Amino acid sequence: MSEREKTYVEDVNRSIYDIRNEEKDVYRIQKGLTPAIVEEISAKKKDPAWMANFRLQSLQIYNEMEVPDWGPSIEGLNMEDIVTYVKPNTHMSAKWSEVPEDIKDTFEKLGIPQAERKSLAGVGAQYDSELVYHNVREEVAAQGVVYTDMESALNGEYADMVRKHFMKLVTPRDHKFAALHGAVWSGGSFVYVPPGVSVTIPLQSYFRLNAPGAGQFEHTLIIVDEGAYLHFIEGCSAPKYNVANLHAGCVELFVGKNAKLRYSTIENWSKNMYNLNTKRALVEEGGTIEWVSGSFGSHVSYLYPMSVLNGKGARAEFTGITFAGAGQNLDTGTKVVHNAPETTSYINTKSISKDGGISTFRSSVVVKNSAAKSKSAVSCQSLMLDDKSRSDTIPAMDIRTQDADIGHEAKIGRISDEAVFYLMSRGISEEDARAMIVSGFADNVSKELPLEYAVEMNNLIRLEMKGSIG
Amino acid sequence: MSEQLLQVRNLSVSVEDKPILHGIDLEVRPGETHVLMGPNGAGKSTLGYTIMGSPRYEVTGGEILFKGKQLLEETADQRAKDGIFLSFQNPLEVPGVSLRNFIRNAVEQRSGSRIKLWTFKKELEQAMEVLQMDPSYGDRDLNVGFSGGEKKKAEILQLLMLKPSLAILDETDSGLDVDAVRTVSKGVEEYQKDKKGALLIITHSTRILESLHVDKTHVLVNGKIVASGDASLVDEINEHGFERFLEA
Repeated sequence: MSEREKTYVEDVNRSIYDIRNEEKDVYRIQKGLTPAIVEEISAKKKDPAWMANFRLQSLQIYNEMEVPDWGPSIEGLNMEDIVTYVKPNTHMSAKWSEVPEDIKDTFEKLGIPQAERKSLAGVGAQYDSELVYHNVREEVAAQGVVYTDMESALNGEYADMVRKHFMKLVTPRDHKFAALHGAVWSGGSFVYVPPGVSVTIPLQSYFRLNAPGAGQFEHTLIIVDEGAYLHFIEGCSAPKYNVANLHAGCVELFVGKNAKLRYSTIENWSKNMYNLNTKRALVEEGGTIEWVSGSFGSHVSYLYPMSVLNGKGARAEFTGITFAGAGQNLDTGTKVVHNAPETTSYINTKSISKDGGISTFRSSVVVKNSAAKSKSAVSCQSLMLDDKSRSDTIPAMDIRTQDADIGHEAKIGRISDEAVFYLMSRGISEEDARAMIVSGFADNVSKELPLEYAVEMNNLIRLEMKGSIG
Repeated sequence: MSEQLLQVRNLSVSVEDKPILHGIDLEVRPGETHVLMGPNGAGKSTLGYTIMGSPRYEVTGGEILFKGKQLLEETADQRAKDGIFLSFQNPLEVPGVSLRNFIRNAVEQRSGSRIKLWTFKKELEQAMEVLQMDPSYGDRDLNVGFSGGEKKKAEILQLLMLKPSLAILDETDSGLDVDAVRTVSKGVEEYQKDKKGALLIITHSTRILESLHVDKTHVLVNGKIVASGDASLVDEINEHGFERFLEA
């Protein structure tokens, strides 16, 4: 019997093998990112011709470039499967029952309403946030401010402005994921603030990013014209769950002469996410960019918002906090290029690592010879909560002027047992004492966050300290 | 027996495997003020930290009872809730936590219930006045950038707000100038006033004791209590130092 079977197998073996081989190739082509797929995206989005073209060029660059080899490993990201990340998730929409327990748990503990939870998890329809969004839009429109989604902006009244700025600051040549973004971007916000207009309410992308499938390759383009002011808040402090685990968004900010933009972010992706986000601001004479950046979620993050100080007296402030727990490798920091005289930059970051989490602070400050009398101060502090965790600081500076005023300060520490005992001797439990020390460490960053985010950030720290969620 | 507040029985303590205290016996009744004196390195602070429950100090023998209850199994926060307080020799700095919020948090932990903001504010202001502390200190981060004297005042402020049944003052007068010692003493007197709270004052000088009522004095040398007596023992040490006890 065994002999017969063997013969049988040998007989058909070759042909099956051949067919399989062919099938495999076909399959692979379908799974790779092709011009046809990119064109399909273009058609679906009704791209203008230049954008359709731009996508295809970006695709070509994407295919030529290598994945970065200098940061945390992104091996878990299957580049062969990139299409499954890119295709609008028609057959990939999640079910509530499939959302990981730890995320549901966190929603519960943060007190987020049921409807909102489903939306944040990328399942379920958009809820009443659409209404809130419209109201906000109308209110700022009265001031002449344009606040809309990128797709509408591309085909609307401000199409030329979009074309003039889109991926001019972050070009597809920047890195492989910027090229990918150029090819497949979808969704995001466009904001234009006319000269001299001060927007009194902060605008939030939160409202629209909650739509299923949105917020993965979103593009944010903000132009704050001369003498204008805007505070833009991106994201949400609740963990965002997405079936696909790649986020390659892009943020381009143009800050005009004497204008000021404050850009606050909480990145709290679910812990399977590769967050490869690119953010950049160009600041003209006398303008100010203020970044406030909190990174809590994701499995791996590469995140270094960059400020290009292009006009005399331009100024950048970066305040950041990163919290890396078990299984997380968060590589965050900032870049500043001083390209004009009397420009200043202040960088202040805190990072916390726990349960084997890795947190790396990376900064780059470049003072070009065009930037006489410039000033830069960098301060980074890390807190490691146990012996398993890791914290690194990699500050780079390239100073090309004689008169630059440069300061740098780095501190890496642990929670002192003595301090924990001190707090405990006042009746505070060990867990609360540790949480208190960690929140206190993060305090000058949380103060910079919008209030509800600061509250939620403290809740998050407490949750993380309790170790009740992964 | 039940009228004893604190009973330390044959207590031996090691720090990092090094024996420090050898068979200490000490009894404190409610409302009494005890003074623990002795030269540097005798183990005075070790006794304070051990009663408070610092995990650094390993009890190798004996027991401690507080209000008739075994204390050694309890963590520091539980002991605080039982009514024990330790004023630290070197209070720790905790950035990002304001003195006011910290005290409020501690008071609520101690009482187990929320305290009305207004009531708390008034009490805190009164206590700060006794200690000649500017109310703005309440907004400052706990001990961060405080001078030595300010830190000690902040400790006594916590003592007044927490109203423990036993307060251990560990070298509260060390490193303070005459005025600061006087202010701190005033705060301690305020605590003594209602006769409810007992005190164990650890000191190697007698300056803080000048204006305070003392019930009992103990002399600790090389991890052992070598003499106990009433307040007159303080005067004797003041005059002759510890020499007599060192020989013994």
